[in-house]
This record gives sequence, C-alpha cells and structure tokens, in this order.
Amino acid sequence: MAHRKSLNDAPERLPLSESRALAHQFDDSLQQRDAATFGFWIFLTTEIMFFGGLFAGYVVYRNIYTDAFAEASRHLDIFWGTVNTAVLLFSSLTMALAVQSAQLGKQMRLVALLASTFLLGSVFLVIKFSEYAEKFREHLVPGISFALSGPHAAHAQIFFVLYFVMTGLHALHMIVGLVLIAVLIVMALTDSFSPEYHTPVETIGLYWHFVDVVWVFLFPILYLVDRSS
Amino acid sequence: MTHQADSTGRYLVTFLALMVLLALTVAASFIHLGRLNWLAALSVSTVKTLLIAYYFMHLRTTSRLTWMAAVAGCVMLVILTALILTDSWTRSWLS
Repeated sequence: MAHRKSLNDAPERLPLSESRALAHQFDDSLQQRDAATFGFWIFLTTEIMFFGGLFAGYVVYRNIYTDAFAEASRHLDIFWGTVNTAVLLFSSLTMALAVQSAQLGKQMRLVALLASTFLLGSVFLVIKFSEYAEKFREHLVPGISFALSGPHAAHAQIFFVLYFVMTGLHALHMIVGLVLIAVLIVMALTDSFSPEYHTPVETIGLYWHFVDVVWVFLFPILYLVDRSS
Repeated sequence: MTHQADSTGRYLVTFLALMVLLALTVAASFIHLGRLNWLAALSVSTVKTLLIAYYFMHLRTTSRLTWMAAVAGCVMLVILTALILTDSWTRSWLS
C-alpha cells in the first residue's frame, strides 16, 4: 500500500511515460508487470489442466490398446510432423526475440518479428490442415470415413479420435494466438508499447510458448513413440 | 528482481539446443529400444519444455511466486494422472 500525504499528490509522483499505461491500483509499472505475469501463469495452469485431461485419456487408452495405438501411430507422416515441430520451435524463437525488442523499445524490429511469428504460425497450420486432408483421403477419420483393415481397426479408431481432438484443440489455440499476434502488430504500429509498458507482448508471448510446449508433447506421443516397434 | 532484456545470443543458443533435441528425439524413435523409447521421447520433451519455460518464458528472471504457479499446474497434472492410472493400469493384475 502506497503511503500518501494527501489525496491530490498521487498523480504527480508518476513519470509521464508510466502514468499513461499504469493502472491506479499499482505502485509502479514493475509491480503491474509482475501481477500480469503471475495472473497469466495462473491462466496457463488452467490450460495445463485443460489439455491434461486429453493426455490422461491418451495414457489410459494407450495402456489398454498398446498394439492398436502402435499400428495407428505409424499411419502419421513423421516427416511433416518433424518439419512442423521445427517451424513451431522457430516461431517461439521469433516470439521470444519480439518480446526482447519490446523490452528494448525497438519498434520496427518488434513489428518484423511479430510478423515472422505470424507467418510461421500460419505455415504450421497449413501443414497441419494438409495432413488432415491426407487423413480424409486415406479414410482415417473416425466416425466420418474410417476404413482401416486389420485386427486392430476398431481400437485404432480411438487413437485417431485422440489425434484429431488433441491436434485440433492445439490448432484452435494456434488460431487464437494468430489473432492475438495480429492485434499486437496493430498495437505496435500505433506506438502502444514502450520499454516501460509492453505487458500484452509479454503475456501473449507466454501464451505462444505454452502452445509450443503442448506440441512438444503431442509430437512424440502421436508421431514417434511406436515408430520402431 | 529486474526486467532487463536477455541477449539475442542466449535466445539463439536456446533455439539451437531445441533443434538438436528435436533431431535427437526423431533419431531415437527409429531405433528399437522397447519401453526405453517412451522414456527417451518423454525425457527429451521434458528437457525441451524446461528450456522453453526457463529461457523463452523468462522463468529465469521472474519472481518465485510465478515459479509456484508454473510448477503447481505440472504437479497437479502428475498427481491426477497417477491416480487415474492406479485404477486403469492395475486392473489387469487381478485377472
């Protein structure tokens, strides 16, 4: 709690650059930024739980139908999966550098890096959706057009349900992330950020890295683990 | 605690480490190791996550309060998944 001598001396104590973006309940911009970061991590915790339910479902079913999951997993394209992982990791680098640019107040570098992140995120989605199209052609979409022969066909369908729901939910998060990055680009172009105030860049950066981390786990459990068995 | 910007070099090294780990995990998946394939894949993913969280998500420089929020989610996930597995994993032991 800030100590005030009188009610009307509070606004004058703030530097001009801070007062523009500082909400009245915070002592200074550092405290405001810490509160925002902490709050956003709480949100990410709920996101971990959200995706966690699907991961738990995967673990349970894979444990029961190990062979069916191994066979179904080999129908995924490891090449495009690897490329997409690299694309997403690269987009995390450009996002991290975008946050750094905002911290340093380098406006045009920030816009360029946000645009790169947007582009890389779009490339990821294009590859992902062309993989989906491939699954439709191969009749590996559960419910709608599923035609896999062999002893494990019924249980392999469970794998593809998990594949589509997990990567679909991840893709939805990517789309939300792209919209948020587009908003950031507009904000950066209209001079909304400064070294004192760039909380939106920082928190949306956290969101983007989180979505990257989800993929870091989705990639091995869907594409890799049963490759050699 | 301070909010000084990290150097570009640090981010690049982190990224290179992530790419090396990606190559490693893909290569390991082609070698038949039995149950160790799982262990290898999940270990690499965990290390990648730690790198991303520590350097890209700035856990390196944020407050310990934020660390608590980050760790709480992961610990809760492990506890809940473990409790589910006490049922589904051990059922076959009975028959």
